Amino acid sequence: MAYPASYRYTREHEWIKVEGDQGTVGITDYAQNSLGDIVFVDAPKVGATVEAGKVFGSVESVKAVSDLYSPVSGTVTAVNEELNAAPEKINSAAHDSWIIKVKLSKPAEVDALLNAADYEKFTSEETGH
Amino acid sequence: MSTTPAIPALSKTSLNATHRQLGAKMVDFGGWDMPVEYSGLIAEHMAVRTRVGLFDVSHMGEIQLRGPEALDAVQFVSMNDASKLSEGQAHYSALLTEQGTFVDDILVHKFSPNDYLLVVNAGTRPKDYAWIRQHAQRFHCHVSDYSAHYSQLAIQGPQALALLEKLTSVDLEKIKNYWFVWGIVCGLHNVLISRTGYTGEDGFEIYIPSDEATTARVWNEILEAGREFDILPCGLGARNTLRLEASMALYGHEITEETNVFEAGLERFCKLDKPEFLGQAALRNVLQDGGPRRKLIGLEMIERGIGRDGYPVCTLDGEEIGVVTSGSPAPFLKKNIALAYVPVVHSALDTELAVKIRGQNVRARVVPQPFYRRPKKQA
Repeated sequence: MAYPASYRYTREHEWIKVEGDQGTVGITDYAQNSLGDIVFVDAPKVGATVEAGKVFGSVESVKAVSDLYSPVSGTVTAVNEELNAAPEKINSAAHDSWIIKVKLSKPAEVDALLNAADYEKFTSEETGH
Repeated sequence: MSTTPAIPALSKTSLNATHRQLGAKMVDFGGWDMPVEYSGLIAEHMAVRTRVGLFDVSHMGEIQLRGPEALDAVQFVSMNDASKLSEGQAHYSALLTEQGTFVDDILVHKFSPNDYLLVVNAGTRPKDYAWIRQHAQRFHCHVSDYSAHYSQLAIQGPQALALLEKLTSVDLEKIKNYWFVWGIVCGLHNVLISRTGYTGEDGFEIYIPSDEATTARVWNEILEAGREFDILPCGLGARNTLRLEASMALYGHEITEETNVFEAGLERFCKLDKPEFLGQAALRNVLQDGGPRRKLIGLEMIERGIGRDGYPVCTLDGEEIGVVTSGSPAPFLKKNIALAYVPVVHSALDTELAVKIRGQNVRARVVPQPFYRRPKKQA
């Protein structure tokens, strides 16, 4: 699975696509694959504030719960309601299935995130492959 | 010299390499390197409910008791009445502590009047073997751990019989539920074929020699023969959700050394009136004292949320009264279900309770068990 070069990544396996002061956040293909069949996404409400490196929600597969860590700080401007009825979309297309959109309050935080090549390297170290 | 304690290596079944070739996701399950899923937990779960699935359950232990007093020993260490078993019959039972709590749950197979096979859980096998040896000392019988000699495969689902029929000369229709025969499977002689399982579906468990070449061959022949039924190899993930839908207890969750037979609702497998056995006196006392104080209940989530193992159970007023022992989305029922211990006063059907999920009380209802019962076969 190719990790889009235009995205940035966290070590907790979230991706963010930044356009201006708007960030779109989801979880990576590596994350969906380790979780297995995803059945539940618990996202914050529009207007909630999120903080870089802090938990903003959770995603659940049949067998496990995994916290979601925000890549950036800001205010939630949109939540992907489609995932309530069809959370499995994350399994089939993790990099196209966004969970929240955030208005960035500290855009410089993005610089601290991994780029696609470094993230891929990071995941391969984690699995030992 | 290093002072770091050695990490014990994981045990492997003889199909370990086969699982890895199939791309299975492997996990540490009670010290065993086991497949948790292959193609996907939900797909595997549905294969067993609607067609057929194949499981490697070779991590399970097999302990044999043989000798003139084998029956007396089995009777003393287990709670069901093994004197009622016929040759070729098996039943669900458990090893109990003196307190009437669980050392393990087991299947007892009667091979002959002097010969019984106990199938025990993987994680508890060493403890069980030591326990049985200790408590069978005064009986004239051999207690032998044959776990390494057997590989156990489970073929489960409504098409299990049609599939296995292609690989054996045995008339499988004649094997009743919880009975077994010896027969030829995939050319192997004297395979123990048991109509048992842990999924809530019809199915068979077969015990074959545990060398790598034989197990891989039989595994692949079953998958090949199952192709016309869209068989899937299934991991322990689906095995867990299947048994949970069927309300079957899992050792370490619903049953432990801290839970007794009445609390777990397993008294129908416990024959208090048979001759003396471990736990009997304590369980009689529980009854004399008015019965258990808490009970295992089935919960169905009403509000959005998944109650999971270890989550607190509360009244609607927020008072913490119990704990979830197993909880998960139920792939076939498409509901979020859980088993939980609560005080008997809160255990009535339709009682509304709440499961505390990450600080939030999410409503749930007490529902009948099992959550899932397989449809009766059409006559």
